[in-house]
Amino acid sequence: MIGYRLLTEAVFVIFIIFIFSGGLVAVSARYLMNAVLGLALSLLGVAGLYFQLGSPFLALMQTLIYVGAVCVIIAFGIMVGPKPKHVEEKRLMGRRNIILASSAAASGFILFLVTIIDAAWIPARSGTRDFSVTFLGENLLNQFCLPFELISLLLLTAIVGALIIANIGREGNSP
Amino acid sequence: MISDNLSTYLIISLLLFCLGIYGMIRHRSFIGMLISSEFILNGASLNFMAFNRFVAPNPAVGQIFALFIMGLAAAESAVIVSIVLMVYNRYRSIDPDKVHDLKH
Repeated sequence: MIGYRLLTEAVFVIFIIFIFSGGLVAVSARYLMNAVLGLALSLLGVAGLYFQLGSPFLALMQTLIYVGAVCVIIAFGIMVGPKPKHVEEKRLMGRRNIILASSAAASGFILFLVTIIDAAWIPARSGTRDFSVTFLGENLLNQFCLPFELISLLLLTAIVGALIIANIGREGNSP
Repeated sequence: MISDNLSTYLIISLLLFCLGIYGMIRHRSFIGMLISSEFILNGASLNFMAFNRFVAPNPAVGQIFALFIMGLAAAESAVIVSIVLMVYNRYRSIDPDKVHDLKH
């Protein structure tokens, strides 16, 4: 029994390593394509954490939508967009930028860390512990029906808007 | 055990958020900033999932919110990539510092 728990912890640590190694690659890569690969690794780690949080469905969706769709869209944007040398020349621009970025990130980190350590979270007393897809679907179509419809509308609008914007940008097609 | 503790997940999502802030300031291109914004969104949705697991009475709410964040992120990245392509066609650059027609 203790062996299984140790195995769970080991897998958890591996997912955390995935997240942060991918994240470090993504924010500090020299080429944007490497940054996208780092992003994909990191998002895969987050999917693993969703699995550990008891929701395999969300882990699957994370893999499908983020790793499968968003990363591919960004990779396409890099491929049809600027040439690598355009991107690369200003990659490591100035120490001032790095200092600014790390001080902003560090101050936010300290602020929220103090809050997290201070706060005492009280678990909910009642309620179900049902993480199944059936329960999720029932909630999505009863209580959260309006946001569900709204997000489908939003996706449609975003797709049409993206197509129109990309078409405006083409040569000889400018308004 | 660390994988059964709310604070662990909160600290992981906080670190993801800070990575996103860092990358967003540091990257010198729109696509790099888009990649960093994905980290911020993921930190937020990991937070929702952690609270959903340990604190919330109804375990569907956090999952639904995380699903909505995913849909929003997909729509957002599609729109941003097409805007970036348009900007690149017009300015021949995706450096945010060079796109400043509305600034003056």
